[in-house]
Amino acid sequence: MGSDAPTHVSSRRFERRPGSMMRRWLGENPLGLLLSAPYTAFVIVVFLIPFGFGIWMSVHDFYFTAPGVEVEHPFVGLDNFVAVLGDPVVRQAFGNLLIFLLINVPLTVALGLLLSSGLDAIVHWKGFFRISYYIPYVTASVATLSVWIFLFNGNGVINTMLGDLAPEPSWLANSGLIMPLIAVYVTWKNLGFYILLYLAALQNVPKELHEAAQLDGAGRWQRFRSVTLPAVRPVTSLVVLLSIITTGQIFTEPYLLTGGGPNGASMTPALLMYQQGIQQGKPDVAAAIGMILVIAVMIVSLVSRRITEGKNR
Amino acid sequence: MTSSQLPEKQTEQVTPTKRSNRSDPSVRSGGVFGFLRFAILFIGALAALVPFYYMVIGALQRKRDTSLLGLLPLPENLTLDNFIEINESVNLIGSLLNSLIFTAGVVACTLVFGLLVGYALAALSFRGQGVVFALVLLVQAIPFQLLMIPLYVMVVRYFGLADNFIGMILPFAINSVAVLIFRQYFLQIPRDIFDAARIDGASEVRILLFMAVPLVRPAVLTAMLVTFIGPWNEFLWPFLVTKDATKQTLAVSLANFSQANGSFLENPMGAVLAGACVLAVPVVVLFLIFQRHFTSANLGSAIKG
Repeated sequence: MGSDAPTHVSSRRFERRPGSMMRRWLGENPLGLLLSAPYTAFVIVVFLIPFGFGIWMSVHDFYFTAPGVEVEHPFVGLDNFVAVLGDPVVRQAFGNLLIFLLINVPLTVALGLLLSSGLDAIVHWKGFFRISYYIPYVTASVATLSVWIFLFNGNGVINTMLGDLAPEPSWLANSGLIMPLIAVYVTWKNLGFYILLYLAALQNVPKELHEAAQLDGAGRWQRFRSVTLPAVRPVTSLVVLLSIITTGQIFTEPYLLTGGGPNGASMTPALLMYQQGIQQGKPDVAAAIGMILVIAVMIVSLVSRRITEGKNR
Repeated sequence: MTSSQLPEKQTEQVTPTKRSNRSDPSVRSGGVFGFLRFAILFIGALAALVPFYYMVIGALQRKRDTSLLGLLPLPENLTLDNFIEINESVNLIGSLLNSLIFTAGVVACTLVFGLLVGYALAALSFRGQGVVFALVLLVQAIPFQLLMIPLYVMVVRYFGLADNFIGMILPFAINSVAVLIFRQYFLQIPRDIFDAARIDGASEVRILLFMAVPLVRPAVLTAMLVTFIGPWNEFLWPFLVTKDATKQTLAVSLANFSQANGSFLENPMGAVLAGACVLAVPVVVLFLIFQRHFTSANLGSAIKG
């Protein structure tokens, strides 16, 4: 429409409607640009520049030097990536994340739906349950992990309870059990937040829908499947996405529980980056691991979005 | 808790005349199913809370005792010595204060700038909006660990912000999950009411401050809690930028102590758990104060009038 007006003919006519020109360039509400400026600046300084710096690092020979010392950082192409991908320790770390995902995501969605829909339906004790579920999430992980050490140590509470049934070697030293244990820990820790998200969505489901379904003779399970599930589908999609992102960041749990052991069974890419980048002084290798991690997280997120959003998108 | 008592009273009043179930679906589902549901919820609560019981008991034990009997509060094995020991090993008050400054800085920045961008993304349309929203999502997908080393080099070596609260706060300053929460809540407000306000001649700033923000008050509290948790739990970044023990947050001090596991102490596990209690209590208390505000997400009233 606007393009029909020959702007070179009458500049006075243009001046009468300064908003239209601005709107064409900046959109309907140019104020939005101003409101998002601080956030955009923050993202550029804290995310985009370090991100670019990290990519640059990953294809250069980069090492720490004393402040003020100028050194050459020669371009080495994909050498760092080749070294990383050829490293069985790295491949094991990514495999560990896959084990984690396969346990954590289904457990989180199933328990989140179960507990939040239960919570949505009850009247008594609702406040107590809600608070209980959130408490692990709001507590510092350094604090909760020390309890898990207390519980799952070789001579910890769980093994004392199990007696002869205690796994051998014990939980934290057992290469087959440590990753599932961490997956259960993270589910336990974060579930309250996901229940909060689900509960908010459930409370927005119109009661009329349930009543209509019930009048049509739908049973409890049928109502859950055809009213509740579609209504909370965007939340499920968000929960899965956030779980996947959390997975890529797992660091504190193996760092405090096992240090990545036994034999790398609980090593994660993030912990490996810390060890190789900071402790062993190879930030370029760590940056390459980080790049691979980001790509892996993105691919898994996209696949999950396809699955969880289904026909909605 | 008030919200759970209110419907209770209503049903009591209704019961004598006619058991009207329209407003309250839980009334009609008594019996076996109701009991089963309650049992599941109760087991869930138990699983969530029992580790905290062990945290307290473990912190109070004179000698480490993991037997079934030892997990009851036995008077002869109870002591507060672990708290004294952890206070002597790490400067508790100082590191608590550091945690507080770090966290408060992050929450303040997130509330101010996060609300602005969340509103812009949900209720306005402007050039580059898609890009900004893509940034919010992109930031979620970038694990902090990827940025850790470049950021470390930038903040510590280039900016010279080691052992400095600004350097500590900077990478966390605006929580993108909070931005997403704000946007999500702003989106749930029908645009009609904003348009109505615009037709009535309200300015954009007025709409934001006096209509939009009050409508998403539950989101503000949710976002505050979500934002609070991140820096409070964080120990890797503060650990990297603080070499000075007087600038370390409690999580960092405690993690360091836990890794060193002072074998010179009589009950090192007890001391760690005592520190864990001190780290956990302020957040849990704050949460208990704030949690009441969580349920009042009654956005429907805005348009139904």
